[in-house]
Amino acid sequence: MPLRKPKLAVWKFSSCDGCQLSLLDCEDELLAVADAVEIANFPEASRAVVKGPYDLSLVEGSITTPHDAERIHGIRRASNFLVTIGACATAGGIQALRNFKDVKEFTSIVYARPDYIETLKKSTPITDHVFVDFELRGCPINKYQLVEVLSAFLHGRKPNIPPHSVCMECKQRGTVCVMVAQGIPCLGPVTQMGCGALCPGYSRGCYGCFGPKETPNTTALSARWSEMGVGDRDLMRAFRGFNAYAEPFRRESEAHEK
Amino acid sequence: MKSRTIHVDYLARVEGEGALSVKIKDQQVTDVKLKIFEPPRFFEAFLRGRKFYEAPDITARICGICPIAYQMSACHAIEDACGIKITGPIRELRRLLYCGEWIESHALHVYLLHAPDFLGYEDAIRMAKDHPDEVKRGLRLKKAGNEIVRLLGGREIHPINVRVGGFYKVPEKRAFSELAEELKWARDAALETVRWVATFVFPEFERDYEFVALRHPDEYPFNEGRLVSNQGLDISVREYDQHFVEEHVAYSNALQSRLKERGPYFVGPQARYSLNFDKLSPVAQEAARSAGLGPVSRNPFQSIVVRSVELVYACDEALRIIEHFEMPDQPTASVEPRVSTGYGCTEAPRGILHHRYRLDDRGLIVDAKIVPPTSQNLKTIEGDLWQFVQTHLVIQKEKLQWQCEQAVRNYDPCISCATHFLKLHLERE
Repeated sequence: MPLRKPKLAVWKFSSCDGCQLSLLDCEDELLAVADAVEIANFPEASRAVVKGPYDLSLVEGSITTPHDAERIHGIRRASNFLVTIGACATAGGIQALRNFKDVKEFTSIVYARPDYIETLKKSTPITDHVFVDFELRGCPINKYQLVEVLSAFLHGRKPNIPPHSVCMECKQRGTVCVMVAQGIPCLGPVTQMGCGALCPGYSRGCYGCFGPKETPNTTALSARWSEMGVGDRDLMRAFRGFNAYAEPFRRESEAHEK
Repeated sequence: MKSRTIHVDYLARVEGEGALSVKIKDQQVTDVKLKIFEPPRFFEAFLRGRKFYEAPDITARICGICPIAYQMSACHAIEDACGIKITGPIRELRRLLYCGEWIESHALHVYLLHAPDFLGYEDAIRMAKDHPDEVKRGLRLKKAGNEIVRLLGGREIHPINVRVGGFYKVPEKRAFSELAEELKWARDAALETVRWVATFVFPEFERDYEFVALRHPDEYPFNEGRLVSNQGLDISVREYDQHFVEEHVAYSNALQSRLKERGPYFVGPQARYSLNFDKLSPVAQEAARSAGLGPVSRNPFQSIVVRSVELVYACDEALRIIEHFEMPDQPTASVEPRVSTGYGCTEAPRGILHHRYRLDDRGLIVDAKIVPPTSQNLKTIEGDLWQFVQTHLVIQKEKLQWQCEQAVRNYDPCISCATHFLKLHLERE
């Protein structure tokens, strides 16, 4: 670690603010983190702004406006490492549902004067625009994984964020499989772990907050859901959630959209 | 002719992206614009064609700070459409969950976002150097609220256990009792908070607001009640659209609400408090009195005191619910969709949050409307700035700009909800 404190910046694009709030939700760790780094840009928490370059930038949110598509390049240039946090930044987020429809129609549904609104046709992840050093998944991200990513980058090592499925976490917790035992449709087999297998622990099927795991077999899972009586439209909606525009989920949802 | 402007290009310590611009000409304020440049996200559009039971999880994603509010308004609106009314233990657990969100959100705002303005710090982390005990108390209070949300909701942000009809699973009684110990500490800490913020210096400032909040015959409002105001409004939640209208202005990505008959109005802790003081628990009422608050509070800079009083109430109410907790027979009521329109309005930490859904015979949402608290306050915030700047023109520019920011933060605006973010632009020609 350099002798001076590393400079941390937090940037927001189209999002709900929940992932950057995860940093403030580290009630027990926040003051320690603030001690280890210089918080150089974090508007949600501070009106003070320190100029770049920054050692580490955390980027929340997706790109949805022409202005933001420009802004992200400046942030990349000013950042040694750039880490994206959350489903919006890593997959386009829930607002990427516009990508399957005509955004003009969307604008006219919500706004009386669509001509006042400047927006892009698609909501896209940060990695579609600039090089990203690491993507931290989740809607929202897990705050302990965030602390792990911060520590890793500040110490020059690779973050320890396993890309396995939620099923692994259910096994680790000792949660009985909700799909096998209770017949509840679950996206766990194709979804990346990281939440702690929360939903099955509450007798609910996983709904895919953390996006596709590495090498997900979505076709096989869909076939199993169909055998359980889930129709095509419901399958389409299941894959078309908070990570709808992540490639494996996008393809699977489109396969059921007829 | 002398003119100047105040600009805040990116308003800090609010949730989301906004800017503020004030123009002054010949010692007269000539223009105030609260610009919301948070990009639009079109929730109402993509809710169309989704299943009725998806509304709580989808709308939670509007705001990472108050997802419970979205889940509660969505559930109540869908249940209204389906002709279901939730009573008994599940109703109580929903109030408990809301207590958790109020504690978490109010503690965040009081300690980390607003107090630094009064004590002259850029942020709470710098404030912590001189006031470590206070900041640690704030963080622990916030954590106590989050513990309720985590137990009952599964996680703090975008909880997974809320569903139309109730919950997926109700935790064991023992787990609630374990929460009680920390909540007793939290109630004392909240009382300490009221004493602390009461010592702050508040600019002299009052306006004759129309306060709007829910009012319930038996309790301080969370999920149910009639919509009332101090200027004669008294309607059911279903009548919302007949009395309120949203307008689209060119400089903002957020819609602005007003009462059709009378114009701008004020929602949030001070509105709730001023319309429901008699429904606060005795310990919360006593805390308010000892802080010098009357039963009505009209100085928006004192919102931090009212928010702290609500912290006391939320801890007190959470303890009451836990003490009388009974396990429901089923974690959820069964809900069958039907062709209908449903309305839900609940008290988010920042004020009333209105949802309306129209369902078809397959249980699909065909039309949705969501009015977050911040878009209801936008016109009132602009009104405050007109008057505040006009009466404080002698203040040196940098300080005036900071106080304008503070005046906006009085409302704990969530621009992610109203779309999202605040910059200040003060222009003197």
